[in-house]
Amino acid sequence: MTTHYLVLSALLFAIGGIGVLVRRNAIVVFMCVELMLNACNLAFVTFARQNGNIDGQVIAFFVMIVAAAEVVIGLAIIVTIFRTRRSASVDDASLLKY
Amino acid sequence: MITAPTIEYFALAPLLIIFGAAIIGVLVEAFAPRYLRRAVHVPLTLLSLVGAFALVILQTIRGVPTTPAAMGSVAVDGPTLFIWGAILVLSFVSVLLINDEEQFVPSAAAVPGSAEEEKAITEGAAHTEVYPLALFAIGGMLLFPASNDLLIMFVALEVMSLPLYLLCGLARRRRLLSQEASVKYFLLGAFSSAFFLYGTALLYGFAGTVDLAGIREALATAGGTETLLLVGTAMLGVGLLFKIGAAPFQAWKPDVYQGAPTPITALMASGTLVAAFGAVLRVFWVALGNDSWNWQPIMWGVAALTMVVGSILAITQTDIKRMLAYSSIAHAGFLLVGVMAVGEAAQNALALSGLLFYLVTYGITTVGAFAVVTMVRDPGGEAWHLSRWAGLGKRSPKLAGVFAFFLLAFAGIPLTSGFFGKYAVFRSAVALGQGWLTGLVVLAVVASAAAAFFYVRVIVLMFFSDPSADGPTVVTPSWATSTVVGFSAFATVALGVFPQPVLDLAEKAAKSLFVQ
Repeated sequence: MTTHYLVLSALLFAIGGIGVLVRRNAIVVFMCVELMLNACNLAFVTFARQNGNIDGQVIAFFVMIVAAAEVVIGLAIIVTIFRTRRSASVDDASLLKY
Repeated sequence: MITAPTIEYFALAPLLIIFGAAIIGVLVEAFAPRYLRRAVHVPLTLLSLVGAFALVILQTIRGVPTTPAAMGSVAVDGPTLFIWGAILVLSFVSVLLINDEEQFVPSAAAVPGSAEEEKAITEGAAHTEVYPLALFAIGGMLLFPASNDLLIMFVALEVMSLPLYLLCGLARRRRLLSQEASVKYFLLGAFSSAFFLYGTALLYGFAGTVDLAGIREALATAGGTETLLLVGTAMLGVGLLFKIGAAPFQAWKPDVYQGAPTPITALMASGTLVAAFGAVLRVFWVALGNDSWNWQPIMWGVAALTMVVGSILAITQTDIKRMLAYSSIAHAGFLLVGVMAVGEAAQNALALSGLLFYLVTYGITTVGAFAVVTMVRDPGGEAWHLSRWAGLGKRSPKLAGVFAFFLLAFAGIPLTSGFFGKYAVFRSAVALGQGWLTGLVVLAVVASAAAAFFYVRVIVLMFFSDPSADGPTVVTPSWATSTVVGFSAFATVALGVFPQPVLDLAEKAAKSLFVQ
């Protein structure tokens, strides 16, 4: 049954999405985004099984590469702001508003 | 036997040139001595943009291909070639602004105000990486509207966005704002691309393929009420609408536009917007065109909200860059009106040509406006606060005059290019002859009138108030900056007085519509 995997993937995506919205540490927020990408991967692989073609499995590899590139960029940015502010809280970075 | 995939190298040549130059740029960073790097990067970047533009023109002359390239994954059709031409011109002028080394931090890793940063400044260090990064972003911008399947579109989206996240954090002055803009853009951008990807996954589940034409075919048999399709469309829409900065996904735009180095803001406000609209059109017209009654109502609401939020919040802004960002949000709302004006082939061609023309005019004017912003400076950097612009017309009438002209073009006053852009898009929406869309055009016209208020307010501030004694200085522009301002002002006038050639070109590009 592929339905269970789809439900799991939707749950992971929702957990990630809620995490992005409620967590305050930039690193944790970023980990939640990665969780969302992995939920996408699970959905792709499940649908590949369901549709009977391997497109979804190939896409999952592309997503992994993109996620890795995103980690490189993301950590660089978060580390820079952490060095400046001694904090990775997204609430502290509040100079730009209105 | 496995047959090898075919790649149409000629059709993809503009992309290959840009990505090739970006990779050479990375090698230059690795091997060239520090003092040589800028001298290599600037001509390399500009020449690759010119070369890609020449190839786009050559392809237009030799005839637009009628089948997608690279095994159906990249569609080089009439609209794509027009969008490529526009992005390459806008990137060229933006790179001329990036050329100003005063704009970028000497060492991004150094903590602002630390001894390390002092050392980097005295040594004259510079991040010449901005050139290859910009080229990668431009390459992504070219691929994004041309991608004919959702996987390529996702990869293009990331190739476009990742370098921009970094570039946003490289402003020389006001480092804290710049870093904050970078973090915000990155986290929100990654969040939205996750939505795009989940939408892709659901549409893959619905259609069994991520090919836009395949999704279109699946729609024809499915009837368009499947949950996977509806939820997938919505999530894909979130990812795309985030990139164009439509409300309620507009929150990043003012922050990022303000914090980023102004030349990068110019690149994002022009190139990224054009590319993102190209992608929106391709997804919603090619893949989901037969499902328009499902997405039109939502997009109606988004467009209405976007233009209202953009126009009204712009009035309350006290910062010139934030004001231009909200203006960009309002313009995204006006452009969305054209995205909804789908119908018969002739109607689609009309709407598409209007959108293409609007994108070009808006892009050119916005690069010019940000170029002017780079020239008005306080001791601590650019003078962003609107009160600092008071009386600029008396101090520097030429610059203030040009800026006032750009603002009038944003407002869509006749005899500027902005007027014809708005006219072309709104005309196509009215031509559809549907009450709900005509009503939205009325709202758009009212919103433009409200938006005109804050443009005129800046003009009044510049010309009719007295300059303060310690007002900002207007720097003597470098040849590059004056070229950009001159080119933008000329194009804004020329397209406002004599828009026919570019309108014809847009019409010709739109006539063939998107490759199915």
